[in-house]
Amino acid sequence: MSEVAIPSESVVVRRRRRRRATPLEYGRKRWLQIVLALNFLFLYFPIAALIAFSFNDSRRNVTWQGFTFKYYEKAYNNAGLHEAFLNSMIVAGTSTVVSTLLGTMLGLALYRYRFPGRGPFEGWVHLPIVIPEVCLGVAMLAFFAWADIPLGLFTVTVSHIAFTIPFVAVVVRSRMAGFDESLEEASRDLGANGWQTFWSVTFPYMIPGVVAGALLAFTLSLDDFVITFFTSGPGSTTFPIKIYSMVRFSVTPEVNAASTVLIVLTLTLTVTAMLIQARTGRKIDTHG
Amino acid sequence: MDNPKPIISIRNVTKRFGSVVAVDDACLDIAEGEFFALLGPSGCGKTTLLRMLAGFEHPSEGDILIGGQDMSDVDPNKRPVNMVFQSYAVFPHMSVARNVGYGLRVTGVPAAEIKERVGEALALVKLAGYEERMPTQLSGGQRQRVALARALVKRPKVLLLDEPLSALDAKLREAMQLELVRLQQSVGITFVIVTHDQDEALSMADRIAVMDSGQVRQVAPPAELYEFPNSRFVADFIGKMNLFAGRVAGAADGRVLIEIQGMDRIAVPYGDQARGEIGVAVRPEKIRLAPTPPTDGEIGLRGRVREVAYYGDESHVFLETAAGVITANRPNAARTTTPAVALGDELWASWEPADTLVLTE
Repeated sequence: MSEVAIPSESVVVRRRRRRRATPLEYGRKRWLQIVLALNFLFLYFPIAALIAFSFNDSRRNVTWQGFTFKYYEKAYNNAGLHEAFLNSMIVAGTSTVVSTLLGTMLGLALYRYRFPGRGPFEGWVHLPIVIPEVCLGVAMLAFFAWADIPLGLFTVTVSHIAFTIPFVAVVVRSRMAGFDESLEEASRDLGANGWQTFWSVTFPYMIPGVVAGALLAFTLSLDDFVITFFTSGPGSTTFPIKIYSMVRFSVTPEVNAASTVLIVLTLTLTVTAMLIQARTGRKIDTHG
Repeated sequence: MDNPKPIISIRNVTKRFGSVVAVDDACLDIAEGEFFALLGPSGCGKTTLLRMLAGFEHPSEGDILIGGQDMSDVDPNKRPVNMVFQSYAVFPHMSVARNVGYGLRVTGVPAAEIKERVGEALALVKLAGYEERMPTQLSGGQRQRVALARALVKRPKVLLLDEPLSALDAKLREAMQLELVRLQQSVGITFVIVTHDQDEALSMADRIAVMDSGQVRQVAPPAELYEFPNSRFVADFIGKMNLFAGRVAGAADGRVLIEIQGMDRIAVPYGDQARGEIGVAVRPEKIRLAPTPPTDGEIGLRGRVREVAYYGDESHVFLETAAGVITANRPNAARTTTPAVALGDELWASWEPADTLVLTE
């Protein structure tokens, strides 16, 4: 009896294993693995190479000569690069604070209020996300020239504020889409005024959106090349612009080192943003 | 129910949203310490009326007085009422204790007193020991208790409850009904509850206002509402009802003679004047079923059993008669699986003339 039963059991097991693979079950599809590997190679090989060659002990970038930190040292001691990094931090920091403040208010206003022309207004607010950066850059440059404002850190910062506001607004607004308005009513009902209600009920709910928006604004500003290129003047060179100008002379491991620093910085910020969002999101979103 | 001191006076209140009339010329007085229910189908304006009491909506016309004070210019946060929301609206980022203490904190009550009152309120709703839990760690029923404690801790003159039990499952809902009544009796605060569930209203409330399309149709204690509805709408909405269309054929010594198609002329005790087309109604549980015609004085109607719906405690028998299908409820008093009534049985339905309702509206 048992000799008969055992084979039939294993048939059942084998049959279960042979169920059809779901479309993205790459573990069981060789061709999908190849496509995946090629994609990763295409996307990340240049970055990996860039980082690897920043440790290359050679003046030219072509062949591997040995491991060294000296180009990081050199980049660190490069006064121009130093200044550019400082400029980038000033611009990104200032523009993030201002655009987060304005973008949050904008996102909240778009979520909460109905007013004449709300539809067109919303479209108009999102315009900077859609318009090609070159056009934005040219437009800004033309405006500053017309208004007779000398190009410098101020104009770069103002431009960054302008183009990062909609990103913050969009993130904050999508966060508010899941908000239960009876929470605000409950707060009012319990004796809180509008100000107390905002800070103790509405704002705590918004925080993940605000933080994500701020970090998005910061990385966008830190990375931006095109708009900065048009609106910066003497003495207001930012990190990406400086790297570009260095490349124009020669691609040395020093450029690689500087780029690697930028990559690590933005990667850290992005991961932080994602972690914060995941953590607070989990704490609040599960509310029935 | 003629309490001389109404805690809430709703005077000719109308509320329009654009061209939609949500509440139409409502007049209500709610007495202090009363458990009052606003009952009606969805969209009848009951929630709008409750939100006007809380101050989230403003009457288009008319006045609302709470504790004798006109509420027209009083913001929600300044009113002596608190509300339990349908979604509970428990603050998700605050612990149970911080949720309950919120209303005291924002109005500047000293910390020591807050702690004490929060403890009392949580004990009242049987949530002592849950102070540090977060709302996500609570069940639906527990969250509702938090919402209750949070409102009661403010010691309002009136507690407003918007469909408080609709999100709970049947067993829990029944338990909470009893508990809300117990709670109301122990704190002595006026409760105003909005519900679409007639069982809920009948079992909990001291008085019920039945609303329909923005209008208050009848205000009465549960038994009066059930046994003496003033209109076809109320009769039909509360409980089950056999409704016939009748015509008054005459009146004699306190009775009206009514003709109903498919029936003999019946004489029903009725104090008021009635003429023309009227509604005639009788509750299913007032109807007896028997194989023989009723004795003198009872109203009888012959029919054939078309359907029997078994509910465990009772069965609903649907009898096909010349006056239409009528429903009779039979309690399943004996412990047996053999049905007392079978499909196709020829039976007589009968009831006392006094159990017959004459509905002129």
